[in-house]
Amino acid sequence: MSLLLQVEALGLYYGDAQALDGVSLDIAAGEIVAIVGANGAGKSSLIRVIHGIEKPASGRVRFDGVDIAGWPSFRVCEAGIGHVAEGRQVFPNLSVLENLEMGAVPRRARAREKQTLDRVFSLFPRLAERRRQAAGTLSGGEQQMLAIGRCLMGQPRLIMFDEPSLGLAPTIVQEVFRIVHQLNEEGLTILLVEQNVMASLKIAHRGYVLENGRIELSGTGAELLGDDRVRQAYLGL
Amino acid sequence: MTADFFLSLAQAIAKGLLTGMVYGLMALGLSVVFGVMRIVNFAHGEMMVVGMYLAWMGFEYLQVSPMLSLPLIAILFFAAGYALQRGLISPFINRPEHQQFLLLLAIAILLVNACLAIAGPDLRGVQMEAQFESYELGPLVLDAVRLHAALTAIAIAGLLWLFFTRTRTGKSIRAAADNHTGALVVGLDVRRLYAFTFGVGAACVGAAGALMITIIPVSPFLAVEYTLLAFVIVIVGGLGSMTGALAGGLLIGVSEAVAGLLLQPSLKSMFSFGLLILVLLLRPQGLFGKAGS
Repeated sequence: MSLLLQVEALGLYYGDAQALDGVSLDIAAGEIVAIVGANGAGKSSLIRVIHGIEKPASGRVRFDGVDIAGWPSFRVCEAGIGHVAEGRQVFPNLSVLENLEMGAVPRRARAREKQTLDRVFSLFPRLAERRRQAAGTLSGGEQQMLAIGRCLMGQPRLIMFDEPSLGLAPTIVQEVFRIVHQLNEEGLTILLVEQNVMASLKIAHRGYVLENGRIELSGTGAELLGDDRVRQAYLGL
Repeated sequence: MTADFFLSLAQAIAKGLLTGMVYGLMALGLSVVFGVMRIVNFAHGEMMVVGMYLAWMGFEYLQVSPMLSLPLIAILFFAAGYALQRGLISPFINRPEHQQFLLLLAIAILLVNACLAIAGPDLRGVQMEAQFESYELGPLVLDAVRLHAALTAIAIAGLLWLFFTRTRTGKSIRAAADNHTGALVVGLDVRRLYAFTFGVGAACVGAAGALMITIIPVSPFLAVEYTLLAFVIVIVGGLGSMTGALAGGLLIGVSEAVAGLLLQPSLKSMFSFGLLILVLLLRPQGLFGKAGS
């Protein structure tokens, strides 16, 4: 399988504090790769650097062979990377439909906006029912569906999920993981950052453990789930 | 109280409402810029005065009616606003507020002194035939220029509303104002949208200037007054609310006209500021503002 995303020795500072320290990882096309770690380990920072929201101090990010490190985020989206952000980040005063329209930013996505919208509505019938409603009036779970739908509108090849289950009811969490799995089966490559270690390693092909801005461990999902250090530190077993 | 008094009161209110439309358009420019990028444009009144001078020059030297030069002035202001945001203001957008304040104050000083250097300190006004015409609405007499200016201001506000609700760029600007992180996440080019927004805000105030010169003559020293007036209107109406800016404009327009009738025209600002204090005491978020924003 060809490598879709290669992160090489990425470093990031917030002022004097080092958030990422030489992080390297690969994602092959068609994979689900999970990144697990404690709060403040640098998981979200990693996603934000890949997406161009933060500028790295050092290192490279190759997407489909092209170095995109330091690109502004709109160009990263244009290149085919989607981002479902922590806290969902919907536009609360815009309608559901307008939120989805805003997802179709890349030019290639704009050409097929209508078809993608139909697909999103068939994936999330709730959104179709509430298309005229302001996004801020949706429940947390519905907002997460909207955030995912909005990301799909951009027709990405790789979707980065940042804590998609955070703050949601258990039944909704299951639904989110089911959708992540389904999107992957339909051919999308997934980078999943989660504090729900068990659930994310279960659906991931491979995973990385991030601690204090460094990759400490990597392996297949099953390997990591069986690793004593992971079991003690993250699963409390 | 006599019937005469009520007639002149109604007359003053009608006049205030018409002027208030133009005030509203001016304040809309300030409100849009603040609502989207949280930049307070301290050069707003100065931009208004520049718009008035441009319309005056067009009339004085080229015999073009301000109503006809308005679209050109709006386009020019849009381009200048876009460039100003892209080149000068954008690097300041994440800096502390006092630094933004100094930058915009510097722009304000430059603009007002440029006007002074070019046109001098005297009042400059346009002499149009329409200024001697009026329409009768029942017992009320409406100045033709004021009515034309008000209707044009409403039309421009309507266009703006269509822009923000119907066009992709307009919706993207609302999205960026709604959730900055969200805008970055979906890949909106926020810097370009900000420049566009400043351009739209500048076009509003430029157009308002072209309308205002048909009602009132201009001098460089009016700039500070207009900046304050725009602030009062936007705060009364509610920061960042388009409806609020328009409603605030009407309210301040009427209060000024009524103050001119009851006391004397030079005391009109007292009424506006009184209204401001009242709103800040009773409804700090403004008439159409959302609490906590």
